[in-house]
Amino acid sequence: MMAKEKEALFSQKNRRLLIDPLNDDNPITVQVLGICSALAITVQLKPAIVMSIAVVFVLVFGNLIVSLLRNLIPNRIRIIVQLLIVAFLVILVDQILKAYAYDVSKELSVFVGLIITNCIIMGRFEAFALGNGPWKSILDGIGNSVGYGAILIIVAFFRELLGSGKLYGYEILGHKAKTIAESTGLYHYGYENNGFMLLSPMALITVGILIWYQRSKNRKLIED
Amino acid sequence: MEELGNIFIRSIFIDNMVFAYFLGMCSYLAVSKTVKTAVGLGAAVIFVLVITVPVNYLLDTYILREGALTWLGAEYAEIDLSFLSFIMFIAVIASMVQLVEMIVERFAPALYSALGIFLPLIAVNCAILGGSLFMQQKNFTTVTESVVYGLGSGIGWFLAILAIASIREKITYSNVPQPLKGLGITFIITGLMAIAFMSFSGIKL
Repeated sequence: MMAKEKEALFSQKNRRLLIDPLNDDNPITVQVLGICSALAITVQLKPAIVMSIAVVFVLVFGNLIVSLLRNLIPNRIRIIVQLLIVAFLVILVDQILKAYAYDVSKELSVFVGLIITNCIIMGRFEAFALGNGPWKSILDGIGNSVGYGAILIIVAFFRELLGSGKLYGYEILGHKAKTIAESTGLYHYGYENNGFMLLSPMALITVGILIWYQRSKNRKLIED
Repeated sequence: MEELGNIFIRSIFIDNMVFAYFLGMCSYLAVSKTVKTAVGLGAAVIFVLVITVPVNYLLDTYILREGALTWLGAEYAEIDLSFLSFIMFIAVIASMVQLVEMIVERFAPALYSALGIFLPLIAVNCAILGGSLFMQQKNFTTVTESVVYGLGSGIGWFLAILAIASIREKITYSNVPQPLKGLGITFIITGLMAIAFMSFSGIKL
């Protein structure tokens, strides 16, 4: 509500901070940050969405805290200070997940902890929050974590749909029973799930194809 | 002894950090343009994993795990500090990296200049923290097992980055479609390599 009263909060420059990471400066496909967790937890939509929300939370608050403290942190020990800030936020997320979404927390296993070393977080702290004010850092945090989440959700969408014929756990392509006659939907006509999509190598290849598609649409991203 | 061999082979090939768990992918992609830098970073990762996994193992067994504090007295048996493990592990890793950096700089300046920027970068390599977190889930019974696990995971990561760097050096001469050049093709090659590594999962240990 504040934002509408003060125009300057969403000036051209600030809007770019928010929108650039969604495509031109996407953390995963362009900056190559945060790949580890992006690939490992995209077998299904649900953990991917939970992971995205966790990263949004950690990055926005982390960026805010680091940018508030940026003049107080001595340069030599800044990495340790940043790691402690992230670790603190990640412990919060981990405890909340264990309390309210235990099954998802089991599924994500060590990857919640690995948000600490998710390079997006440290990368944005180093590249942005250390040199900019709190409001800009929040916008940067939202932009980058949503850009990260978007890729996660796209990859998880394809992997879950093609791999197990479900979306968010719902059987979208029909129910697969033991025999074709008992099955419904596409399975009734002899459709088979591509179990290979569930294995880890296909995550890499899906992201590779996504990058290919993005760069063929957005030619200024092409490397030579 | 047999048990140690199992852990070693398993952590190098079957549970390979890069191909099975995608750990340390960021530096894996960023530093694999030439073989020389890849070898430097790979060696540094082995080094740090061998040190931090056992240290974190001791920390976990004697301080953090539920009932770990019984050596202080029976009244501490109920305490479960495992929610602190992230922050403890990362603090150990960051300080160990700093320590290793100082020791190497003092006693082996040649190695120090060879490793260069990679040593400090390792603190934020997820393979290192991942090594400690997986160690926590595996319930090792002795320190030696955790040392072997750290060594095996490090060598697995080293092999992966060495392989991709060699392929990337060659592939610069190939005719890759324009939008796929660089990052895209690296992802796809890594995927193909991961498929190859999956064949190791058939090994019964």
